[in-house]
Amino acid sequence: MTDTAVPAVPAAPALLRLSGITKRFGALLANDAVSLELRGGEVLALLGENGAGKSTLVSILFGHYVADAGSIEVNGRALPPGQPKAALAAGVGMVHQHFTLADNLSVLDNVMLGTEPLWQPFSRRRDARGHLLDAAARFGLQVNPEARVGDLSVGERQRVEILKALVRGAKLLILDEPTAVLTPQESRALFVTLKKMVARGMAILFISHKLDEVRAVSDRIAVLRAGKLVASFGDATAVSPQELAQAMVGRNVDAVARDAARARPPAGRVLCMLRDASVAPSGERPALARVNLDLRGGEMLAIAGVAGNGQRTLADLLSGLLPLASGTLEIAGRSLAADPRAFIRAGVARIPEDRQSVGAIGELSLWENAVLERYASRRFATWGVLRMAKARDHARIIVERFDVRGAGALGLDAPARALSGGNLQKLILGRALTGEHYRKPVPLLIVAHQPTWGLDVGAVADLHRRLLDACAAGAGVLLISEDLDEILALADRIAVMARGRLTDVRPRDAWSAAALGLAMGGNQTAPEARDAT
Amino acid sequence: METLDLLFSVPFWVAVLRIATPLIFGTLGVLLCERAGVLNLGIEGIMVAGAFAGWLTVYAGGGLWLGVCVAALTGMAFGALHALLTVTLALSQHVAGLGITLLATSLASYAYRVSFPKVDSPPTIQPFGDMTAWLPLPVLNQQTPMTLFALLLAPLLAWGLMRTPLGLAIRMVGENPSAAEGQGLSVARLRTGAIVAGSGLMGVAGAFLTLAAFNAFYFNMVNGRGWVCVALVVFASWQPGKALLGALLFGFFDALQLRLQQAGGGAFGVDVPYQFYLMLPYAMAIVALVAAARRAAYPQALMKPYRRGER
Amino acid sequence: MRLEPRTHTPAWLWLAAPAAALGFTLLATSLLVAWAGAPVGRAYVLLLEGGFGSRFAWTETLTRATPLILTGLAAALAFRARLYNIGAEGQLYAGALAAVAVGGLHGGSGFAAPVGLLFIAMIVAACVAGALLLLVPALLKSRLGVDEVVTTLLLNFIVLLLVSAMLDGPMKDPGALGWPQSVAIADALQLQPLLERSRVHSGLLVALLLAALLALLLRHTTLGFEIRAVGANARAAAFAGMPVGRVMWQVALLSGALAGLAGAVEVAGRAGYVTLDMSPGYGYSGIVVAMLAGLNPIGVVFAAVFVAGMLVGADGMSRAVAVPTYIADVIVAVSLIAVLVATMTTRWRVHLR
Repeated sequence: MTDTAVPAVPAAPALLRLSGITKRFGALLANDAVSLELRGGEVLALLGENGAGKSTLVSILFGHYVADAGSIEVNGRALPPGQPKAALAAGVGMVHQHFTLADNLSVLDNVMLGTEPLWQPFSRRRDARGHLLDAAARFGLQVNPEARVGDLSVGERQRVEILKALVRGAKLLILDEPTAVLTPQESRALFVTLKKMVARGMAILFISHKLDEVRAVSDRIAVLRAGKLVASFGDATAVSPQELAQAMVGRNVDAVARDAARARPPAGRVLCMLRDASVAPSGERPALARVNLDLRGGEMLAIAGVAGNGQRTLADLLSGLLPLASGTLEIAGRSLAADPRAFIRAGVARIPEDRQSVGAIGELSLWENAVLERYASRRFATWGVLRMAKARDHARIIVERFDVRGAGALGLDAPARALSGGNLQKLILGRALTGEHYRKPVPLLIVAHQPTWGLDVGAVADLHRRLLDACAAGAGVLLISEDLDEILALADRIAVMARGRLTDVRPRDAWSAAALGLAMGGNQTAPEARDAT
Repeated sequence: METLDLLFSVPFWVAVLRIATPLIFGTLGVLLCERAGVLNLGIEGIMVAGAFAGWLTVYAGGGLWLGVCVAALTGMAFGALHALLTVTLALSQHVAGLGITLLATSLASYAYRVSFPKVDSPPTIQPFGDMTAWLPLPVLNQQTPMTLFALLLAPLLAWGLMRTPLGLAIRMVGENPSAAEGQGLSVARLRTGAIVAGSGLMGVAGAFLTLAAFNAFYFNMVNGRGWVCVALVVFASWQPGKALLGALLFGFFDALQLRLQQAGGGAFGVDVPYQFYLMLPYAMAIVALVAAARRAAYPQALMKPYRRGER
Repeated sequence: MRLEPRTHTPAWLWLAAPAAALGFTLLATSLLVAWAGAPVGRAYVLLLEGGFGSRFAWTETLTRATPLILTGLAAALAFRARLYNIGAEGQLYAGALAAVAVGGLHGGSGFAAPVGLLFIAMIVAACVAGALLLLVPALLKSRLGVDEVVTTLLLNFIVLLLVSAMLDGPMKDPGALGWPQSVAIADALQLQPLLERSRVHSGLLVALLLAALLALLLRHTTLGFEIRAVGANARAAAFAGMPVGRVMWQVALLSGALAGLAGAVEVAGRAGYVTLDMSPGYGYSGIVVAMLAGLNPIGVVFAAVFVAGMLVGADGMSRAVAVPTYIADVIVAVSLIAVLVATMTTRWRVHLR
């Protein structure tokens, strides 16, 4: 039931009106004449896939970007574009997806910033602390004003980010993917807070790509796809997930899923074994505590969990970047030194989380990135001299086999930064899966960390297919992902990482949604959860 | 040994303060820039330019404090250039800073030669006098008013950074510029302001050399003091109070090495050439850097160029 | 004002940008020339003539360019790996001292060894001296995270003082009157002049050869690949398994050796002994040369000739017209900043809002 003429809640006037917002970034049309209305006391969810234009739209609203066309009205008055100051003054507050907090400063410092005129000779900290605790009490958000932000947990940091807006008297609060970093219990607590805000007449603009949340929390839903507003639902409770998914994606996508009916493959030998593995914490990197894991050939083992619980540490450990503090790590039965080259030579293919800054070197060309891991081997270098012809051949094979596009006229000499995210991921995947011996099609095992983040549906399906093909050919795949849907669709066995610890690895069917949620929150025991606070 | 007598003599401590003063100004100037997230390697050149500009003003008939102001303005002008390069154009802070040092030094040298083409020895001026007339404190009263200014500046800057809204904004810009932008502040304006103000202090540091420590402008008069200031900021963990202590400590060792030189160079029975004493300050600066490296709690956005709209 | 990354750089911009930088430099410095009371046009003509206008001018320029090529290569190599070696000046002097130490002992007869061997030993000693000097800051950076800019700079002052101490003491040439200078290296060890009645010496050939070798190294060897990768993105390079620490100290050794070699070449090609003022800032000018060349070894040769021409031309000009020689330093400094800005415009489009 699509309803573009949105029935208004009678008494409340339009708090926010976006009309015809259009924004281009180079050749990319991020927002295409989007118009929205929002009233006080309601929650409007902005739904869409990665890259649909949701973040761009709210960034324009808040003043981080200037729209190419269109206007914004708050409380009937036009909002000057491109000035966060004006947006703040008009009562618009934003909780960014990546928190804008200074770790080295205190909660109070972060909240106070910008609330006093810059030329004021004294900072009124006592008053500010009072306001902060006041707002915190009113909305049920506990904080310690003197705590150093860097020491807080993710949920606490989000509370600070929200309080920044509340203390400034925000009437309209924008939340950009707020539950991306929260456990299910923390998400529930957030929703309780949102309900309190709405009860006080605030309007909430809530961005998400998670269908269940959106239906649970919002009053109305607007769906963006490829920059356009494609659907608007006036009553969130009356809409089915299928309708929402259809609107989001635009077609029926057969998500690639493992063949549920496939007989469990004969358990291959153990390719990667972790026993009581611990890694010391360092700076912002959390520790790993006594992790146990067996990865066998032919299976896809997924590690679920909310970001920041040690997944990066685990991925780095298995990529050969970190040494163990204690315990054992064996690849194909052998202990290896913490050296990426040793791991690569042992047959570990790695797909890092950050493809732009870690997976590839933007300034170097495609062919140079293609041989980034293997340039020193005998195939590509003799006595320290690069064999460029061989390297370029290797790159050509990868580009063809993995359909890497976007290099343009320069071809293999184009810098890697010219590629889109999806094509860059294909290059990295191709590099990981193409060894020196083209007869052996797959590596021993693949460590994939958030491989589909930021990719469009087609690219995601393609990547999933290749990973499953690799499994079928005998490789073991360790998939570390924050996307539960992806994990549930693909994995044979699942374990959950929370606070540096790993649960036992159980077959996919042995996990219920509730159990997964609990484990992600660090609680592995009885399904009866504690009260969401 | 005579060294102990040295340590308790008034002239020694007078020398300590005199040597420390330009370092205090310079270090505080670099500190302000770095707290805002920008490394300002133009300090060596800005100190030369400030020294020359201040001295020239006085030579041309202006008052001493006017000379200090002109030196500050000169520093601020170069600071504005630095801000244009590193904040507006987001260029490499290392290269921009080195370029400014080269530019400021060569401009000052050129201007000096154009103004005084045929002098054998540098013309002199009447520098600042001491404060014995009105300040009863020992050691301090033999300093020039600029030193008093420097000693008061450190706590003032500390208070400004920690207890005013502007100071908080500057610190935030050096920790997480997006946070400042998200609270409606302009990162570019804050950084530019901090760089300009810090560079003004660097100009004043140079002016101290020509208007108080000495009374003429010599080539090579700054002689690496600017780089020492950069090292001292790390040593001071970006805190003005510690910067003051660091500068005083440095002044202590530098004055000590001067005394040892004068005492005949044979401090430990071995005839040490005077050059080795002169090396000590630079070696100490390196040691200070190494010592501080482990615990460096530096501003998190230091040296990362910030481009609006790129998040 | 807003910056937008360019998806592709138009061909004309590659030439227009440095040309605009050069034009701006001349314009800005002409104001200074006018201030000195000299006729601007004539001053620039004299500058160009002094640097490039006659056989004599060219030989002087090439002589000055020789150490600049070497220090320029040292800076270019180090900067490519994001190792900001500002210590080339000190490394040059260290190399010069080492060269004299090996080649000038015992009144020049040195160790009892054949001349060829002694020559090689002299060169090697200079390279080693320069390399070791840079190794210390490089290790401090990779092990302790100490910024190498300040450490290399401070080391320059220390080395210069050491040279002064050596010239006053152990290495003093007793026969020389006036300013202190070191003992000279044996005549047989000096570099031959390339052209008669000029000061251009075979060191120039060495510099050109090294430029070519360095260009080949960066493009065709695994080490060159590692240097470019580590300089572009050390994190990604480490992830791919490159030995980042090892690359850094290899770069440090090479860069320091090149700067040390510049010192040896200056000693062997010019006076034959070390003085305190033998380098009018070649180390620092080398950095400017490297930046002007876009960190490209072949570009370094051209940039070095340009800078040397400016310096030589300015000497000539200041003798003829009353413009202080410092104008050359100003030209070099302004051109550095101008080229920095110009290069940026090839990667970013500037929008004035």
